[in-house]
Amino acid sequence: MSVVRVPPVLRAEAGGAREVEANGATVRELLEDLTGRMPALGSRVYGEGEIRSFVNVYVDGEDVRTRDGLDTPVRDSSTIILLPAMAGGGR
Amino acid sequence: MTTYRELLSQTKAEISELDARGAQALDGAAWIDVREADEWQEGHLPGAVHIPRGFLESRIETAVPDKTQPVVLYCASAARSAFAAKALQDLGYESVHSLAGGFTDWKRNGLEIVMPRFLSPEKRTRYSRHLLIPEIGEAGQLKLLESRVLLIGAGGLGSPASLYLAAAGVGTLGIIDADIVDETNLQRQIAHSLDTLGTPKVDSAKRTINALNPDVDVITYRERLTSENIDRILDDGWDLIVDGADNFPTRYLVNDASVWRNIPVVHGSIYRFEGQVTVFKPHDGPCYRCLFPQPPPPELAPSCSEGGVLGVLPGIVGSLQTNEAIKLAAEIGDPLVGRLLLFDALSTEFNEVRIERNPDCPVCGDHPTITEYIDYVEFCAR
Repeated sequence: MSVVRVPPVLRAEAGGAREVEANGATVRELLEDLTGRMPALGSRVYGEGEIRSFVNVYVDGEDVRTRDGLDTPVRDSSTIILLPAMAGGGR
Repeated sequence: MTTYRELLSQTKAEISELDARGAQALDGAAWIDVREADEWQEGHLPGAVHIPRGFLESRIETAVPDKTQPVVLYCASAARSAFAAKALQDLGYESVHSLAGGFTDWKRNGLEIVMPRFLSPEKRTRYSRHLLIPEIGEAGQLKLLESRVLLIGAGGLGSPASLYLAAAGVGTLGIIDADIVDETNLQRQIAHSLDTLGTPKVDSAKRTINALNPDVDVITYRERLTSENIDRILDDGWDLIVDGADNFPTRYLVNDASVWRNIPVVHGSIYRFEGQVTVFKPHDGPCYRCLFPQPPPPELAPSCSEGGVLGVLPGIVGSLQTNEAIKLAAEIGDPLVGRLLLFDALSTEFNEVRIERNPDCPVCGDHPTITEYIDYVEFCAR
């Protein structure tokens, strides 16, 4: 099981969790597994076989789009960061 | 008994004196100004090293270790430099010359002089803790004093950033913000206070900065950044931008303009307990659109009604932005280029992810498709 960090803007979809676990040897498998367990969260990040364009996915600090995309390997010890854009400046 | 005049003429007979043209013809000469500090500060020859006459013997071997290197010494009118030349000959320097007529004739003949840049005694005191750091020192402090930093927003991030930049002696601060100070701001926006409730944030911030450091010239823009005004504001000339905007349309405007104008942006954003910081340095690293090519749809943007922010979080994130801004202005250290720093205040954790320039980026990529400003509709007003 790998650790997936849930960004604050998506925590409502994860039942308030800051981290969830998901299984998979690749990013695709992991996101499919995540979507099966937590459809609300998964569908915000992954849909129609693609990572949503407004979200970046990092495996161990590397953007998967700069590696092998959905085929990027994931290890059990990996940490996955889901990162949608944030705009706030604390007005 | 020998008089001063006799001693001077005896000494001049024992040394070489060259006029400006002769001295300039020497190949690879070290030029040493032996006058006092107050004379040096009123102008000196280009490329000269300042060693007051009283320190000449003790410092010359550090300044000119090779005793075969030609040395040109000058003072105001070639008296002190004559005695200095004699001293250097006695120390074994093989090619020592005193500049005939000294600085006075040089200047009178219209030859080039340099006005040294230096800190006044008041500034030396104010910035003494910077001057003590070798990486900053007087040269770095002068860079800070000459730098011009534009702050987008005088809110949560802009408050600490503006105060620390002002305290650090950043010479010119521009502040853009259209808002008025209200009670809900005071939980985190430390540039404002009860005294400035109901006044424009830019004026409130300016007042706080002036009270902290009158060296800082504050230029205020009480307006919301749009495609209509961004060029006018950027035409005022900024070395870098500290982006503490609270909305996506402004983030994208700032990004696109900064890429086209080659201005580094220190980016910070916050939400509840979490913040992000990075430096977008055009063409050296990614830009905001490499990271997020376009704004998210409303359902993925932080919901305003669910928003909120821990009051100290912008203090931390805005200070991290200031750290990057000061490093860029003083040209020291490794800026957060190509690295996105993530801070979680609840777990007190920092994480870093690598962000890369995208060759297909619509703005900074190899074949840009966005070449003019886009005013995105703001879907989250507050």
